[in-house]
Amino acid sequence: MEHSNKYIFIYSLVMVVLVAVALTIVAVQLKPAQDNNIRIEKMQNILSSVNIPITGVPKGDVINVYNKYIKTAFAVNVAGEICETDAEKVFKIEMANELKKEPAQQQLPVFVAVLDKGDSAYIVPLRGKGLWGSIWGYISFKTDYNTVEGCIFDHKSETPGLGAEINQEWFQKPLFGKKIFDEKGELVSIGIMKKGQPKNEAHDVDAISGGTITSKGVQKMIKDNLTSYQAYFKKHLKS
Amino acid sequence: MSDVKVKKEKDPWFSPKNLSLLKKPFNIENPVTVQVLGICSALAVTVQMKPAIVMALSVTIVTAFSNLIIALIRDSIPSRIRIIVQLVVVAALVIIVDQILKAYVYDVSKKLSVFVGLIITNCILMGRLEAFAMANKPWPSFIDGIGNGLGYGIILVTVAFFRELLGSGKFYGMKVIPDAFYKAGYVDNGLMILPPMALMTIGIIIWIQRWKKPELQEKN
Repeated sequence: MEHSNKYIFIYSLVMVVLVAVALTIVAVQLKPAQDNNIRIEKMQNILSSVNIPITGVPKGDVINVYNKYIKTAFAVNVAGEICETDAEKVFKIEMANELKKEPAQQQLPVFVAVLDKGDSAYIVPLRGKGLWGSIWGYISFKTDYNTVEGCIFDHKSETPGLGAEINQEWFQKPLFGKKIFDEKGELVSIGIMKKGQPKNEAHDVDAISGGTITSKGVQKMIKDNLTSYQAYFKKHLKS
Repeated sequence: MSDVKVKKEKDPWFSPKNLSLLKKPFNIENPVTVQVLGICSALAVTVQMKPAIVMALSVTIVTAFSNLIIALIRDSIPSRIRIIVQLVVVAALVIIVDQILKAYVYDVSKKLSVFVGLIITNCILMGRLEAFAMANKPWPSFIDGIGNGLGYGIILVTVAFFRELLGSGKFYGMKVIPDAFYKAGYVDNGLMILPPMALMTIGIIIWIQRWKKPELQEKN
């Protein structure tokens, strides 16, 4: 059946408007649930980085667990001064956006967890590049601001079975207990070494075979992000 | 003439004709192995079973409902812009599915990432809309969509089963190959988790299907 141009124009116009309205309704309706997922995921990551088991906890309870352990959060600048103390504002800081700013304007979040054993742990977010896309994570330090308490990494699109393994426990666990400063108090960060490369037991862990570029990406991410924090860390460093 | 038409409309919902629409895509009209459509996503999301299953369900929902909607409005669609109309319907449905996945199964939607959006470009959808929904009633079109979505899904899940088992020694995320095997020198086949082996696996499935079904073989 041949339709007139007028019919076609009106048809497409009506169709586009209808679809736009439908999509807007769906997007507006689902937005709170989606935002909540992202927020909960962030809380889960922060809690996992201090080794609080969170995988089995139902979504609704994550916030309670988070509030139980994470008592304070603040942001520091590259000079090591505290520049923001409102925990809610600190929670909303996106590390990816901060790293794009001039170093002087960066606000670097620090989350303080009070663990079951009574110690505090200091959690900082990480953001970097892997082989195919961005990688990110959280790493936490004991009260000496030197020893790794725990860490968690995740990735956007690393190769499954190879680079993507950075979000697995077997890769993350060896980092626990490593130190980021050497005896002289200089930042050496964590080295992720291929098998066979000389390793310094205090600072280095094994890389993923076949995932070298992602492994190096993790190493660079930790080093770069901690470099921003080092002024603050050095102030509190206990060797 | 009108008598016949009335009779046709009273076709029972699950008449043999309608059921065959559901069954054919599993067999001699499989969209992946016979019509060789939807290969791109079959390569991309078949590393593990869980994303493959969610992808199969998403595609089934989108094919079923886009077929239904297009069949409902098929007489009003101007033929000169019919492809655009089909695309708009498919794209809108895909976005809705993507938004729902993000809101309710967030971890799976992260794994599927861009591939949900790419359902839009899945040739099965456009193929069914052009070949079937434009010329048939809503209910058979809906069944045809479900059949083709599932026919695609079964191949996806089969490929994912072998790739996950041989590539990472897992079934639906659980370790199934015992540690003793690894101690005895067994190594997961790293090639299985890369796209080329998905193509090879589909090739093997096509081979087996053609061997079992001689009517699929070309005469010369």
